[in-house]
Amino acid sequence: MSNEFHQEIKEQVKKFRLEKIEPLLEKDDHEAVFRKEIFNELGELGFAGITIPEEFGGAGLSYTDFCVFLEELSKTSVPYAVTVSVSTMVQSILAKFGNQTQKEAYLPELTSGKEIGAFALSESGSGSDASSLRTTAKETDSSFILNGSKLWITSGGVAKTYIVMARTGQEGSKGVSAFIVRDGDSGFTYGKNESKMGWRTSPTRELLFKNCEIPKDRLIGNLNEGMKVALSALDAGRITIGAISVGLAQRALDESVSYSLTREQFKQKIFEFQGLQFMMSDMATEVEASRLLVYHAAHLLDEGRPDPKISSMAKLKASDTAMSVTTDAVQVLGGVGYTTEYPVERLMRDAKVLQIVEGTNQIQRVVIARQLRKSFN
Amino acid sequence: MWYFSEEEKALQELCRDFAINELAPKAEHHDNEESFNIEAFKKMGEIGLLGITADPAYGGSGLGATAATIVMEELGKACPASTLSYLAHSILCVNNIQNNASEEQKQKYLPKLISGEWIGCMGMSEADYGSDAVGIQTRAKLEGDQYKINGSKMWITNAQYSDIAYVYTRTGEEKKNLTTFILEKDKNQFEVGKPIHKMGMRASPTGELIFKNATVPLANRVGEEGDSVYHMMKNLEIERITIAGISLGVARACTEQSIKYAQERKQFGKEIGKFQLIQKMIAEMSTETDMMAHFLYGVAKEYDNGNKGPAIAAKVKLALPKMATKIALDAIQLHGGYGYSREFPVERLMRDNKLNEIGAGTNEVMIMIIAKDLLKDLKPKK
Repeated sequence: MSNEFHQEIKEQVKKFRLEKIEPLLEKDDHEAVFRKEIFNELGELGFAGITIPEEFGGAGLSYTDFCVFLEELSKTSVPYAVTVSVSTMVQSILAKFGNQTQKEAYLPELTSGKEIGAFALSESGSGSDASSLRTTAKETDSSFILNGSKLWITSGGVAKTYIVMARTGQEGSKGVSAFIVRDGDSGFTYGKNESKMGWRTSPTRELLFKNCEIPKDRLIGNLNEGMKVALSALDAGRITIGAISVGLAQRALDESVSYSLTREQFKQKIFEFQGLQFMMSDMATEVEASRLLVYHAAHLLDEGRPDPKISSMAKLKASDTAMSVTTDAVQVLGGVGYTTEYPVERLMRDAKVLQIVEGTNQIQRVVIARQLRKSFN
Repeated sequence: MWYFSEEEKALQELCRDFAINELAPKAEHHDNEESFNIEAFKKMGEIGLLGITADPAYGGSGLGATAATIVMEELGKACPASTLSYLAHSILCVNNIQNNASEEQKQKYLPKLISGEWIGCMGMSEADYGSDAVGIQTRAKLEGDQYKINGSKMWITNAQYSDIAYVYTRTGEEKKNLTTFILEKDKNQFEVGKPIHKMGMRASPTGELIFKNATVPLANRVGEEGDSVYHMMKNLEIERITIAGISLGVARACTEQSIKYAQERKQFGKEIGKFQLIQKMIAEMSTETDMMAHFLYGVAKEYDNGNKGPAIAAKVKLALPKMATKIALDAIQLHGGYGYSREFPVERLMRDNKLNEIGAGTNEVMIMIIAKDLLKDLKPKK
């Protein structure tokens, strides 16, 4: 998995995150500040559309390569990694289902990182049960008119291009279509900005559609086939959350080991206590197991045979690991770990939502069970 | 609990109402602003909570660990941070003075601390001496009939608001040469450093106490020089039992919130409480919360009956905070996107509770204490 090219990506991202993001992080987390220029700079380095074909301005690389990037960036900032990951997902959808005009109109600004893309599926009443969404899109002679709202939208307010899922037909998954909505479209406004436990530098916002009229050519793919569009992004979405989880967990482990090798209590380095050694050995084992599962899932996707069971396992295992390892890291650092002076308390707050986004871990278990049943049919 | 006395049951009611009316409505606000709910704290004095274990002669309630734990649980359900400040005042400062100070000192300090006119804290931990508390390096040196104190104390709950600080110092080179002083803010016997920003317990002020050649009369010394290791160990027992009460409150609140949410929230056309995965989560949360309550109050009652010891207090302190963190994490998970937002209390309860695995002795120190007790027959290394 580790070749020279990946080493180059890692070093480049490491330099960037340590110089550009890390120094501002404690303050930005506290004040919930997102810096678009950081995203733009990641774009200039060629990281805003890693998996998108070169003909659309992307880097034309694999999901494995993308995971290497996300893992490294997440060692400093899960929120920026998530912003890139969601924006890339929007591009994948456009590249796969969009028509030539749509690709030419929207992809270059996204792949270059000049603009941010966002994906709007969840609503206040439909989270895990996504296909029960209630936002409607009514077709007229020349347009679609959207009404309703979307909740918990990552990059809401800072993104320019939104893929919005809305109901155009019958109840359930077969009556949903995917649309492109742009910041500034009439009737499209932003609702409340969520105040969250973690991911505080990544804006999460409500989207409001009040007679929002968009031209007909904003429909992605065929009418009422929107859930197919949304589901196409699932494997990649789960794998990327897995990679982000691994990076976050690795940082927590690194912080624990380095702190315990310097901190002295009872006249010895606390690393010398077996209780801490066992804790950190378990942490390291979990991180490594999660990493292998995530890259295995990415490898299958790159080979064109994505396995929903493995993708779900990767997301489930890696995010559970991120939660337990970051919680233990706060414990290893003790009193200072609980303060904002050290990064581990932020890592722990950032970890929790990894178990909730891209399908809660309960939903991942449902998916895995479904695949287990299938294998015996 | 069936074995609660009438007095303890009445206290439970009183605290439940107080928590609902005075703490819960402001908890989110003070967490966001990192501010102290001083109005509620003063009211705790008015309703008689601030001297829960102190002698009625000084205005106290004369109750035991069980009663104090009841207060922690009930207040902890609404706002663990305000409860932590309450604990620092009533258990770390007032209870220590009650048990260890002279008659004259009690008369001087307890009435005002118990009425809420003064706020108190305790200074034990230092930047380099957290788990290894007996190693502290803040020095007190007798010069004539006065002491000069130099050093600093870290992670002190209530530091910025305290009028009175109960502070451990070193007065000799042997490890056990520890001596306590009751220090007064008004007489410049301590200064306060910068506030410490934390993951949780944000509504409970945390700061540093600084002593720069502080001049302290002999009259402020508690007991004799070198008495304090014993005082410290003794008070840590009730501190650990009562702080576990905050974690019990967190577990109760998270379980109640989750049950409520599971009955209201619909997905896939039905209440999520109808899904077995959710049922498993709330069934386990509730079972563990009941286990916590029975263990904790059983130990508190035994303590009040005179069956004490560092190991049993350490077991309570190891078990409850850890279980409450797990329950609170599950509660966030069950609430999904809403649970992660600050609109619902569960994420705050989780952040607050994590401190209880660190403060008053880390989980790791609890393990050391328990193991030392279990393996006391092992011969020491030569």
